[in-house]
Amino acid sequence: MLRFIIRRLIVIVPMVLIVVTLTWGLIRLAPGNFYTGEKRIPKAIEKNIREKYGLNRPWYVQYGKMMGSVLRGDFGMSLTYPGQSVNQILWSTLPVSATLGLLAYILALAVGVTTGTIAALKQNSKWDYASMAFAMLGISIPNFVLGPLLVLLFSLTLFWLPPALWGGGSPANLILPVLTLSAIYMAFIARLTRSGMLEVLRSDYVRTARAKGLSEVQVVFRHVLRGGIMPVVSFSGPALAFLIAGTVVVERVFALPGLGNYFINANFARDEPLIIGIVAFISIAVLIFNLLVDIGYAYIDPRIRY
Amino acid sequence: MTILDFRFWIETIDIYPGETLGLVGESGCGKSTLGRAILRLTEPTGGQVLFRGKDLAHLSQREMRDERKHLQMIFQDPMTSLNPFMRISKQLMEMTELHLGYTKDQAYEHAVKMLETVGIPDARARADSYPHEFSGGMRQRVMIAMALSCEPELLIADEPTTALDVTIQAQILELIKKLKQDTGTSVILITHDLGVVAGMTDHILVMYAGKIFEQAQTRELFACPGNPYTKGLLRSVPDPTAEQGALYQIPGLPPDVAHLPPGCPFAPRCERAEEICRQEFPPFVKLNEEHYSLCHFAEEVYAKSCSERDARKSMNQTTVQEENA
Repeated sequence: MLRFIIRRLIVIVPMVLIVVTLTWGLIRLAPGNFYTGEKRIPKAIEKNIREKYGLNRPWYVQYGKMMGSVLRGDFGMSLTYPGQSVNQILWSTLPVSATLGLLAYILALAVGVTTGTIAALKQNSKWDYASMAFAMLGISIPNFVLGPLLVLLFSLTLFWLPPALWGGGSPANLILPVLTLSAIYMAFIARLTRSGMLEVLRSDYVRTARAKGLSEVQVVFRHVLRGGIMPVVSFSGPALAFLIAGTVVVERVFALPGLGNYFINANFARDEPLIIGIVAFISIAVLIFNLLVDIGYAYIDPRIRY
Repeated sequence: MTILDFRFWIETIDIYPGETLGLVGESGCGKSTLGRAILRLTEPTGGQVLFRGKDLAHLSQREMRDERKHLQMIFQDPMTSLNPFMRISKQLMEMTELHLGYTKDQAYEHAVKMLETVGIPDARARADSYPHEFSGGMRQRVMIAMALSCEPELLIADEPTTALDVTIQAQILELIKKLKQDTGTSVILITHDLGVVAGMTDHILVMYAGKIFEQAQTRELFACPGNPYTKGLLRSVPDPTAEQGALYQIPGLPPDVAHLPPGCPFAPRCERAEEICRQEFPPFVKLNEEHYSLCHFAEEVYAKSCSERDARKSMNQTTVQEENA
């Protein structure tokens, strides 16, 4: 197990370098530059800028410099946020995105697993149909629609909650963005749980458990949940990684200073160090959460050994 | 235990304490369904299952749970019948904790004892294994240990050896036989292997298309079958002493129970069938003490089997006499 974890952690390094390389290549292929704008820049100034940022050097020198920054974990200064280093931006935005993402996922897990389990246990009942219809709704409504709708209802009509802004992460400010963010995950998890549970409910060993004389509640908690939850565990790795890495739309809708907001701005502005920094961070997050999922598998299912 | 008048039932079946009842028939004839319906693992649509003065078929699931202490079942496929996520010991402990109110320690000790009883070597050390660490035969032993933990009065064994290889089959059957003798548990043995029922059962029910075709004491059934279906089944058993060519098989396949033809369900495959068999559902004829057959020509078939048996007997006797002479 320990060997497996160490091996997987080591693999993260080349994986991240590959992702970063591809990202760097794509930035270079895209037209435009961080200093190009509406107004044409005089040739002399452009030359100065290119020299200052080393853009006049051969590509392999620039690539090497970028790779060096990634390996050191110091991505340098942002090109569009003056006076801020990429690392500063990462560290200041991460708590916002991570809080949002974690809370949203916990909410999604709690509601999704519960409704999915109930739906499976009462298959083809009105509970089942109602929760699955609700889940379908959750999957179908994009969050850029759901967010404003919630704001309209709870902030601008009922005046219960603030419509936007971070507010130092106060609970009132968090409720609407967390709700908006978790809706689709809630729906996915409910459906995954339902199908996972249904499969286990039909299995031979659950029949054995019933034949023993266990009550339905005991059967579910001791014999069904563990196996039925497996699809949700697989889903959780990438889902958590992306949630924590920031969610562009929700951060935009609620004007939150999260990672996703910066990521979008960085892309529009061709802010190369910032893009590279965020991409490196997200890929590390994905790889680590996938590793956690694999460890989770081994913990849940004794047949899985690494 | 008495089972009366199921949806497809004609007569009553009585199972006495310590007795073994064999349930035979081809695949898809409703043997397992009957077994599961008795234990309410499949909901019966009608009829009665009388056990200790209670009608199991009409108990609530809650009341039924308490009865499960006395009524246990082992299943066809031991590979999937144990929970892969749970230690063997824990799965066994559930039984006694639930029904006998054992503490964790008592239940654990009992689980180890049960594993020893069913012949798991080094039971104490292996009790904390997971099912995937056991072979198929070992898992079926665990299932048996689990089912017998609370000394049930009835054990339904649903093709307990079908998924196992031949040497293990014999061991498992021997184990069931021995434990049955030790504990006085009644057994319903569901199987399509006539060799198995011959050696293990007191009574046999032959099922076809969800109906009881013949019911008799084991010896009687093998000696004088009173139903063409039973005769067909018996003829299909390979006989190593006989000089026969191709092995006999009953032509055709069992019908879809949901779409039965009118008349006798076996008529399309029956050698003895006449027009009446395709028109009218056959009567359940009493042939002898505890011997019934569902056939329009039950008496004729029975008489023929009996005379064949007598002929075999006298032939054996003459051969013996000739050898003596």
